[in-house]
Amino acid sequence: METERELNLEATELRLGLPGTSDESAKNTTHRSNKRALPEQPVSANMATTSKNCDQETAPHTKAQVVGWPPIRSYRKNSLQPKKSEAEMSGIYVKVSMDGAPYLRKIDLKVFKGYPELIKALEDMFKFKAGEYSEREGYNGSEFVPTYEDKDGDWMLVGDVPWEMFTGCCKKLRIMKGSDARGLGCVV
Amino acid sequence: MHKKMAFSFPDEVLEHVFSFIQSDKDRNSVSMVCKSWYEIERYCRRKVFVGNCYAVSPRMVIRRFPEFRSIELKGKPHFADFNLVPDGWGGYVFPWIAEMAGALPWLEEIKLKRMVVTDESLELIAKSFKNFKVLVLSSCEGFSTDGLAAIAATCKNLKELDLRDCEGDDLGWHWLSYFPDTYTSLVSLNISCLGSDEVSFSALERLVGRCTNLRTLRLNRAVPLDKIANILRHAPQLVEFGTGSYTADLRPDIYSDLAGAFSSCKELKSLSGFWDVVPAYLPAIYPVCSKLTSLNLSYATLQSSDLIKLVSHCPNLQRLLVLDYIEDSGLEALASICNDLQELRVFPSDPFGVEPNVSLTEQGLVAVSSGCPKLQSVLYFCRQMSNEALVTIAKNRPNFTRFRLCIIEPTTADYLTLEPLDVGFGAIVQYCKDLQRLSLSGLLTDRVFEYIGTYAKKLEMLSIAFAGDGDLGLHHVLSGCESLRKLEIRDCPFGDKALLANAEKLETMRSLWMSSCAVSFGACKLLGQKMPRLNVEVIDERGPPDSRPESCPVDKLYIYRTLVGPRFDMPPFVWTMEDDPSLQQLSRANLM
Repeated sequence: METERELNLEATELRLGLPGTSDESAKNTTHRSNKRALPEQPVSANMATTSKNCDQETAPHTKAQVVGWPPIRSYRKNSLQPKKSEAEMSGIYVKVSMDGAPYLRKIDLKVFKGYPELIKALEDMFKFKAGEYSEREGYNGSEFVPTYEDKDGDWMLVGDVPWEMFTGCCKKLRIMKGSDARGLGCVV
Repeated sequence: MHKKMAFSFPDEVLEHVFSFIQSDKDRNSVSMVCKSWYEIERYCRRKVFVGNCYAVSPRMVIRRFPEFRSIELKGKPHFADFNLVPDGWGGYVFPWIAEMAGALPWLEEIKLKRMVVTDESLELIAKSFKNFKVLVLSSCEGFSTDGLAAIAATCKNLKELDLRDCEGDDLGWHWLSYFPDTYTSLVSLNISCLGSDEVSFSALERLVGRCTNLRTLRLNRAVPLDKIANILRHAPQLVEFGTGSYTADLRPDIYSDLAGAFSSCKELKSLSGFWDVVPAYLPAIYPVCSKLTSLNLSYATLQSSDLIKLVSHCPNLQRLLVLDYIEDSGLEALASICNDLQELRVFPSDPFGVEPNVSLTEQGLVAVSSGCPKLQSVLYFCRQMSNEALVTIAKNRPNFTRFRLCIIEPTTADYLTLEPLDVGFGAIVQYCKDLQRLSLSGLLTDRVFEYIGTYAKKLEMLSIAFAGDGDLGLHHVLSGCESLRKLEIRDCPFGDKALLANAEKLETMRSLWMSSCAVSFGACKLLGQKMPRLNVEVIDERGPPDSRPESCPVDKLYIYRTLVGPRFDMPPFVWTMEDDPSLQQLSRANLM
């Protein structure tokens, strides 16, 4: 036993799970996948949102933001951003169609900060529910699925790529009927 | 037995004497000498200060002071500044305006802090007070430029319109044109918080040009640099000036225009603004720098070298607000040049970054504390601190009255020893005997609170975050800090025991805020029952606290002393704990 401890087997043990997590914490949670816990809304691969179960996560480039910390006023945070130039003032307008709807709409992708806001806006605009997004299965539990046409002309599922990448390559949006959307997904 | 007081003066004489007493505290003391002084004083009090708008009702204030001309009201707790108080919590000024409108037609000044001020309120102010002169809205929200238009159009004697740090809806600058052409009495205008790009320069220039008594003008980011020169030429008598966006293409004509305009301002003592600053245009202000006593560069994204150059022209600075781009080297320069410095605020340029982006450490603060003998007020954001540095700072500057240190990462230890920063902050409270305000950060145990309770006898306001081990910490503070008026706490393991044991203390304070701590709903109820003169507000957006076990900690707790019981304007996510019914008659009587 002592030799085991000296050898520090734990450090060299092969295991599934992120570095820094241990068996104890895995046992304590009722459901724990080895990926980061996914939040309810569709999210970009660049996880900017915090996941509540994982308090041992270390994400070097994106940090979980604590509300009201550090204690600076919002108008100070806003003023650190450069004033919008003429080019930045113009939006990214894309057409949005929905299967079965008589006419198209247009939305400005610039006004959204990420997928959850975009999906909510589409849901409000066309009166549908997109369902739960997951990387593996796309949108579960709904008749309609948000898709987009990218620069290459391919029809992709909304939510797979990081938000910034999406706004840069999205040419049109189409809310497809679920049955038509089978087989769509990221080209891996 | 009838005693004739040989030395009693007629009321008019006493009134005249009292008129020299301006401070609120002194006035309160005067009113407690005897009944007749109370009566005389209350009729001649001209300025009323209400630190918590829910501590008293407008009717009560007007009944006691029927002749006041100026009122200062504060609403939301300080942590509202950092989005910890949910929208809709309260702090509405309208009921106050409505009561004063009828009773005090000669009201001249209204100063509000952290209150909700609707356009309706502004319109009522404009309509009701014929001699209205001063409106100061500090960190307020709820109004738009439509409300400002009503003030501009109607208040012929307006002297001051100051919207510092507000969040108003800027629907465009046409409200400025509502000041009639005959209106010339403006002395102070601060619109730095307004956001619209729709600026009407001609209206602004005409206004500035005809108001020859204008002393303070703080513009907003929408005003471009090439308009500044013209505005300054219309108002060379300005004492305080805030620029707009301090950027333009590099053109010699703009530069010389600007430099010339600044040179003609012989009275300038305070500068601010400087959004989007282009360093090449900075020398335009050099002609006025030697007289500057106040400089706000907290929006200026300048590098350390440019900041040092600028500061070296301002040897008479008393107040400096700056971003941490100034770095330790800049603060060392500041320490050697600005020997009159009294207040320093260093804000973070990258508050959410994980790695430091600038070379600003505890050394900068040590340098300033050493080189600036008059330094008494500090707000400092940094990423590392040591007990050694704090002790040095405390010994250097025992004259601190306000010390607010924010180490950006919560629970950061002394970077040299990896110990908590208890000893360092302990030194601050021990050496700085006149300390009135303190904000703590870093890794702290209950020990720091023991120091604070023991030494911080003049401390009036304390802010605590991510600190302490348990109830003992809170107990030290509540039982030891004799002058404590405001206590705000977030994310600390303080629970029921200390709070309940020190319930009486809470009546001697203005307010206590606790969020994300360990105070149970049961304790809140108990406190509410025990203390009828306190409002114990449970703020919880998760839903009614009684839908969870009593032992469950509440999300947010705001306790304040009051003469008027639970307020009537609570939103659905705020519950005031009920007073004991047998004591309820006591609070009802106070409403009469």
